[in-house]
Amino acid sequence: MSASLLAADLPYWAQALLRVLGGVVAVLLPAGTIVYVFLFKMMSFMQSRLGPMEAGPYGSLQLFAEVGKWLQKEDITPERADRFIFKIAPLVVLASTFLLVAVVPFGPDAWFTDFEAGVFYMLAVSSVSVLGILIAGWASANKYSLLGGLRAAGQLIAYELPMVLAVIGVIIQAGTMNLQNIVFAQNAGSMFGWDGLGNPFILTQFVGFIIFMIAVQAELTQTPFDMPIAESELVSGYMTEYSGFRFLTFFIAEFATAGVFSLIASVLFLGGWGIPFAWFGWDTMDDVDGWMNVVGPLIMVTKMMLLSFVIMWVRFSYPRFREDQLQRFAWKVLVPVSLVNIMITAILKVAF
Amino acid sequence: MSTDAVAAIPGDTLRERVVDDLRAAIGDALLDSFVRPGDDVWVRVRTDAWRSAGLALRTLGFDYFCFLSAIDWMPSPFGKGEDDPTAPAPERDDTIAQGYAGGDTRLQVLARLVHPALHVGVNVKCDVPDTDPVVESWISVFAGANWHERETHEMFGIGFAGHPDLRNMYLPSDFEGHPLRKDFPLLARIVKPWPGIVDVEPLPGGSDDEEGDAE
Amino acid sequence: MTSTESLIDRRQLSYIAAQAADARLNVELETEGMTLNIGPQHPATHGTLRIIARLDGEQVVWAEPSCGYMHRGYEKLTEVRTYPQVTALVNRIDWLGSFANEVPFILAAEKLMEIEAPPRAQWIRTILFELSRIANVSLFLGDLGVQLGAITPVFMAFRDREYVLNLIEGATGGRFHPNFDRIGGLKDDLPAGFVDETRVVMKKLRNFCDEMERLLFGNEIFQSRTRGIGVIPKDVAMQYGLSGANLRASGVDWDLRRDQTLPMAWNKVDWKVWTHPDGDSFARCWVRLQEVRESTRIVDQLLDAIPTGPVMAKVPRIIKVPEGEAWVSTENPLGEMGYYLVSKGDLGPFRTKIRSASFNNISIVPWVLKGVYVPDIITILASLYFILGDIDR
Repeated sequence: MSASLLAADLPYWAQALLRVLGGVVAVLLPAGTIVYVFLFKMMSFMQSRLGPMEAGPYGSLQLFAEVGKWLQKEDITPERADRFIFKIAPLVVLASTFLLVAVVPFGPDAWFTDFEAGVFYMLAVSSVSVLGILIAGWASANKYSLLGGLRAAGQLIAYELPMVLAVIGVIIQAGTMNLQNIVFAQNAGSMFGWDGLGNPFILTQFVGFIIFMIAVQAELTQTPFDMPIAESELVSGYMTEYSGFRFLTFFIAEFATAGVFSLIASVLFLGGWGIPFAWFGWDTMDDVDGWMNVVGPLIMVTKMMLLSFVIMWVRFSYPRFREDQLQRFAWKVLVPVSLVNIMITAILKVAF
Repeated sequence: MSTDAVAAIPGDTLRERVVDDLRAAIGDALLDSFVRPGDDVWVRVRTDAWRSAGLALRTLGFDYFCFLSAIDWMPSPFGKGEDDPTAPAPERDDTIAQGYAGGDTRLQVLARLVHPALHVGVNVKCDVPDTDPVVESWISVFAGANWHERETHEMFGIGFAGHPDLRNMYLPSDFEGHPLRKDFPLLARIVKPWPGIVDVEPLPGGSDDEEGDAE
Repeated sequence: MTSTESLIDRRQLSYIAAQAADARLNVELETEGMTLNIGPQHPATHGTLRIIARLDGEQVVWAEPSCGYMHRGYEKLTEVRTYPQVTALVNRIDWLGSFANEVPFILAAEKLMEIEAPPRAQWIRTILFELSRIANVSLFLGDLGVQLGAITPVFMAFRDREYVLNLIEGATGGRFHPNFDRIGGLKDDLPAGFVDETRVVMKKLRNFCDEMERLLFGNEIFQSRTRGIGVIPKDVAMQYGLSGANLRASGVDWDLRRDQTLPMAWNKVDWKVWTHPDGDSFARCWVRLQEVRESTRIVDQLLDAIPTGPVMAKVPRIIKVPEGEAWVSTENPLGEMGYYLVSKGDLGPFRTKIRSASFNNISIVPWVLKGVYVPDIITILASLYFILGDIDR
């Protein structure tokens, strides 16, 4: 993960390799952790059962068993499917996850790309997964898949907007779209002159945070916004016709994206990898000690687990909205509230 | 209702009034009736008055549609399937004897309506002509009769004039025969006799008087 | 609980929606609809019901259930069996509340034979009847969550239903198919410790109901998904012969346990028949939730006053039912379940008409699905609550 840390003394190909490896770790590790800790164990405890217990101590190797199971399954393509599109659709969805993780900073020097318009990029590439879902639904030649794909498209487009609007408040406050600088702005900031906690934007942008998390929930198609999958109505929505490795890809993408969005939310609202800089007397980015490159990712993972916990908690306890109710909620509640939030933030920004 | 209680009720004015009201409504289309005091009412109406009887009962307040079905009164030519298929078929009494409220035909349509306030049900029967087994549909009286008539059509081959869609409910559309008619053989019992028709095994050391003590 | 005006509004809305759906089908310029085949293998049909729905977008313009995938011909099979053997068949009609299926048949045979089970047997029958209702309906409450996308309630339902099934197993030896009821009484008396154990379990089930009420019924999303969805007015419900909670949720005060004089113990205890004026999916679910609570109360009171004595009346060893016809129906977990029994004085029934609740309850589906959206199909089907074996018999 600390690709750029070693950048100085490595040839280009080695840097590239390291970044790819780091990216794979940053995508697969959250996915695996979320699936095991939340999907297997926490869900089981909430439902008063034990969950997997046989594979490995406390079922900890169940993930590998699952992956092995999916890999063994036959890869079925429906006869009337659009074969090429059908096959690449899961990869498009997974690619969106990889593109997302590219801008997430894990430490003062531990990042894949230090991108000036990071937030903009993040919001843009997160929509790529819609394409994957839409073409998966279309190419499956299945009515359930088609309904699921169209629902997904409608839903994801509806929830892009509140997400963008929720992030604008953060951008106004931080004065930058670079995620690294947003982290810096939070940790180096102060609240009314007191800098003991920095200035995590969750305090000032609480409304934005809530809207962002709701939009993330919808973006991830997790309950209560899981109409595109909706087991009891559409069997499995756009994933109905997928089996074996391709289904696994969708599955990984779903939970990896949950992890990556939790990372982004923690960067935007919870102070990212940083700890309040005032504790160590750091003033600028360059002052930050090198050991933060090791501690930073750990802090990030902790925050990611916290936010994923919330996402999964909601997922396991709520029933599902209906499609029209979801649209109504997005356009009539979330968008106006986030617009008001932007207005207030802007006024306060100018005032202070 | 216990046997003593039934014996204690000399007549059942409530249920007899139902019969009288119906007779007042449809006149001599009401062919026969039977009242078991404190329990139930059976009425038999003329075939051509089947729908108007339903309508009249609904007007009398019997607006809860319980079920509609049919009875085939012919004794089964196959008995209970306990015959030895290799031996010649045994002689069976094939006289058709209808149940309560009488009847003239082999097939009878049977429906039950309930008065929701009085909690009195009435079983309505009507004869179905053997040659042209068709009665009027009740759909326009009780919408819920739709599926029941489809089922009856499928199982007994009784047509319902005015029913829009007498498709089969359970069986494939090209199925031949009407399974609940008595002359439709239960093939599983025909090809192999079933030993379980008498399920009381003789007790070890017991004798015949054990069986006879209550008869 | 909503006011009368809003109720009328809802009915009008669903009526208008149905009209609009009709009209849309007739306009030739509109896009061609899509026929969606829900089932026979579909997660929402918990069994093999197939629903053919004609959609315009996500709106249903026409829907028709198609059953028969599980037709076992019980009415024909009863004609070649003896009376005691029939209970083993009818057990399988509503397989979640099996004991309740046996009772009306046995009562019908007893009525023709003019015998009556001893008081203790009647009491135990009622207890087991209510236990099967609890086992059945508590699973419904959990299943409801799954149909609406909340997965947690169903595991709680399975967990707590297990206690009830253990009780039924302890008393009868069978968890799902007890086959315990006999003409003239019961096979056995209750096992030792049953009474105390049952009290504990009833307490657990009441907690389960509270839990469900907080987790599911109080949820905003659940309410918005079920309120005003699939409204069945009173007169339509009566015409289609809906029964059980579906009828009571339409505001009809009708419960065969209270309204009939059967040789059972319901009229010996104090309980309430719950109704709801709305007639929508929420009302149906809510009435069922209250019914589980009432059932636990009934069982508790019955346990307090269970009489002593034999559990079997004196019946002949070979049962021949005198000639005659009898109709007995009881308020089963799914609704009114009745047997029209025709006897010719033989070892077995001459004709048995099995009137099962789900058959009538599902026959209203084409009417009620008109104009709803695809997700509401699932809500309505879940709230009407059918068991496939109960439709197809």
